[in-house]
Order: sequence, then C-alpha cells, then structure tokens
Amino acid sequence: MATVPLSKIAYSRSGDKGDGSNVGVIARRPEFYDVLLDELTAERVKKHFSRICRGKVERFEVPNLHALNFLLHDSLGGGGSESLKSDAQGKTHGLGLLMMEVEVPDALLGE
Amino acid sequence: MSEKIVRVANGQGFWGDSPLGPVRLVREGPLDYLTMDYLAEVTMSILQKLKSRDPAKGYATDFVKTLERILPEVVEKNIKVIANAGGVNPRACQEAVLETIRKAGYSGVKVGIVSGDDILDRLDELIASGEPLKNMDDGRPLSEVRNRVLSANVYIGAEPIVEALSKGAQIVIAGRCTDPALVSAPLIHEFGWSFSDHAKLAAGTVAGHIVECGAQCTGGNFTDWRSVPDMARIGYPVIEARADGTFDVTKHPETGGLVTVESVSSQLVYEMGDPKNYITPDVVADFSTIQLEQVEPDRVRVSGIQGRKRTETLKVSISYSQGYKAVGQLVVAGPDAEAKARLCADIIWKRLSLDGVEFPAADRLVELVGSGVCFDGIAKAPEHLSEVALRIGVRSPNRADVDRFGMELAPLVTSGPPGVTGFAGGRPKATEIVSYWPALVNREKVQTQVIIEES
Repeated sequence: MATVPLSKIAYSRSGDKGDGSNVGVIARRPEFYDVLLDELTAERVKKHFSRICRGKVERFEVPNLHALNFLLHDSLGGGGSESLKSDAQGKTHGLGLLMMEVEVPDALLGE
Repeated sequence: MSEKIVRVANGQGFWGDSPLGPVRLVREGPLDYLTMDYLAEVTMSILQKLKSRDPAKGYATDFVKTLERILPEVVEKNIKVIANAGGVNPRACQEAVLETIRKAGYSGVKVGIVSGDDILDRLDELIASGEPLKNMDDGRPLSEVRNRVLSANVYIGAEPIVEALSKGAQIVIAGRCTDPALVSAPLIHEFGWSFSDHAKLAAGTVAGHIVECGAQCTGGNFTDWRSVPDMARIGYPVIEARADGTFDVTKHPETGGLVTVESVSSQLVYEMGDPKNYITPDVVADFSTIQLEQVEPDRVRVSGIQGRKRTETLKVSISYSQGYKAVGQLVVAGPDAEAKARLCADIIWKRLSLDGVEFPAADRLVELVGSGVCFDGIAKAPEHLSEVALRIGVRSPNRADVDRFGMELAPLVTSGPPGVTGFAGGRPKATEIVSYWPALVNREKVQTQVIIEES
C-alpha cells in the first residue's frame, strides 16, 4: 500500500447547494473507483471537513462515471447571500477533498 | 440522406459571464440554437426590486446588449436564441428586444415570451387555496417570513418554450425556467419528442445540465488545469443532438479549452444531489445511466440516459430579506503580518463596543486571506507570511450597526499597527441579505402564457 494525496487518483468539482456544498470526486482510472469506495467514507469526509462542515455528510455512488458525490450540509456559513465567507459557494471544497491522504494498492499505482 | 443533427450551444453560464461567449459562438462555427442563462435566486430579488421602482425594468438588460451585438449573425444564419433573460418582467424585455431589432433594421423577426412563473402577487391566494409553501429544508410554513418576501418564482419546464418555438419565434425569452429547459426545449421541438418519452426528456435535460455553466464543461474550473490549452480563447460548449436522444458534446474548431470524458463528467457532478433523482419540471432524470465515450478529440458522445415520469409538484424559489451585511478588506504587510492583522480585528470590535455596537460571534467574520482560510483544518497554514489580506465582516438585522462597522476599517491605517494598507473603494456599506426559501406547489395551480410579437 502507498499513501498518496487523493489528487493522484481522482479529480473533483464542487459548488453550493442550499446552505451546503456538493463535492463530486471522479476516479482518474476505472480501477481507482474501488479505492474511492473504500477510502472516502462519509465519516472520513466529515472528519476531513470538520472545521468547515457543521452538518452531516451524505455520500452517493455514481459507478457509471466512476464517481462519488458528497453533500456537505451546513458548510457555507449560511445559504443564499447570508454567508460572510470568502468561499461562500464551496467552490474550493473539491480541492480541499483532493488534499486528503488515501491508501492505494501499489499494483494499481505502478506502471 | 444524412441523419438530422441539431446544434445547441450555451453562451452564458450566469449573469456576469463573459460577453465573448455568445459572440464567438455565433461567429466561429455552425449553430442552430444559442441559449443564455441569466438567473440565480439572488438575481430574482434584485430584479423584483428594480421593477418595483420602475415598471419598465426587472429583466436582464445585458441580454439586450448582447443580442444587439450578435443580431447580424443571428438573422443571417437564422440562429434561434433562447434565454431566461425575462427575469420578473419578460414583457418589458420583449419590448426592449423588439426595439433593438427594429433599430437595427430587421423586420419580421418573431420574439416570444414565456410568463406565469412569477407568483409574488399570488402568494396569499395560493396559501389560501391550500398550498402552504413550506420550506423544503426544514418544513417551516411561509407565514414565518411572509412579510419579508422579495420574490417568488416557479421553476418552469420546457413546454412553454416548445410552444413559442412551434409558433415560429426566433427569439424566446423566459422568466424563471430551469437552466436545462433552455436546451431540452429546442431538441423536443426539432425532433418532435413526446412529453411522455421519459428517456428523451432525460437526455435533453442532461444535455442542458452539461452546458448550463458555459465553459465549465470545456476545461474551465478543471482539476488538471495545466492540461487545458489556450484558456483565454476557451470554446463554449456545443451540443450536437440526434433524434434517438444520443448527443455529442463538442466546441467550435480551433477554439481553446478541451472536451474530454473528464471535463464532461466534472460538469455532470456539479450541483449534483441524488444522482438517480435529478428532478426537473419535465422529467426525473437518472444520472446513474449516463454513458460517456471519447469518439474524437474534443468530442464526447453521451448515451444510455433514462428517466422517469415527472412529479406532481413544481419547485418554487422564494427569496426573502434576512437583514444586512458588510464585508471589508485591508492588506496587512511586513514582519508579523498575521499577528498584526489579528490585532486589527480586535481593535475594530473593541472600538465598536466603545460606541455601543456589538455583534454576536456567529455574526462576525475574520479571515486572514493568504493563511489558508479556504482549507481550514485541512491544510497547514504557511509560516511567516509577509503579508495577508484581513477580510472582516458582520451581519445584523440593524442596518445602522452594519454601516457603523464599515467606519472602523480605514482608521486602522493611522491608528493601528504599522503596515496597514490596501484600503480602497471607500467604506464597506450595508447590503441586504437575501435568503432563499425553496418550496413546492401543485403544478395545476400554475399556468404559463406564451406571447409572440414581430419586429
């Protein structure tokens, strides 16, 4: 097993959804999708965003796109135009998730 | 005979997107339809306010300017234009557009509008008829904020846009229709798809979702940004659709950016909720059925899309006033920049307190931009910053308190620590906070109207 930043095996996009954000994470190769399923549990993502996300984290599987979708509830400091934060729309949450360290089998990484 | 292909492009992802999007789309390659998206929740409340001051306002004026610029190509190439630029006053937008077309010397151009989405004046009637318009997120009844409501619009689907196109409109101006409907409507019209053909409606919806944010599916905001060629000349997306509901995502030749399975799937997950239930007024699309294939460079084929019958309700977007806020910024530079910036924030709160103005902690914000505020708790803050931007803000039901806060930023330049600068643009002033109240309404209570006029 190798420990790598998630950005090594996935890309992402995020944006606002009500008073929370959604973070889509897509495997760079189909064979990395199982790693995403194992490593990116809702609990772990919630912990990763513990200082940003005050609500619960929901996870949805999108196997046809080799992707996972996370809803980070109450993560913008208020919805609509209520938030005072720089990133009031959660545009950077995708990049934040890509900073997470994940365990990847060596065989999958080597080539 | 070759298979019929319909080309639909989106040149405007939101009100404020680059004016070059639509201009380059009509000039740099073939096109049947040009769509433009102007509306967001906050936009509706701003437009409603403008209309209350002047009954001739309340629509996206940028649309009229853009149309003036692209009109020669639109007329010569017979490109049809569909935009939700009507805001809360599609009729006024129609008149402005007709006047622009007449001034440019084109006669016989049909301009259609779709109205009926604006229910601000019908709220009490709807509540009395048994539509509580409860908040979808927390179940509260609208009566709690009724006297603070600024705008109320129902998300309209493709049907009235299809009606306008079938009546010969070359330009269709809608109010608050859904973004994907701008794209699905011309496909339904061109291919004669039935409103009970869920797979086709879902395909049109997915096509609309992919292009609704403009260049965000052609390399904009893409994780691997170094791999995106010539971002300055990024091509806006073009859908090439076929009657069977499959379509290609592409862009005009020799434009910048890229169209890959990666760039398209990045946009598919944008604003995603439950992928199996993407609810629109026309259909419930199932994003877990979408298949993507790179068939050529800068061309991704989309197929396999399934959908289910539409819901009995329509979504309502209500905005209401939730007090005031102000945010200001100072640059703090030199040794100990962060410590000095924190001191500046403390000084502001203390000086306001000396004048009897207090804000609870939950309604104050201090960010040291440059120290990692976007990745709080995720990435380690860099050490020894030589400068930071102090971004400081408040919110309150009391407008005077918010304006009072704005007076305490500039004084730090002369009565704070050394190295405080970058105070430009005057005092931050209180602006209204517009909050969003999502609700549902029985679709039978909402009637749309289509009106066509000719230049």
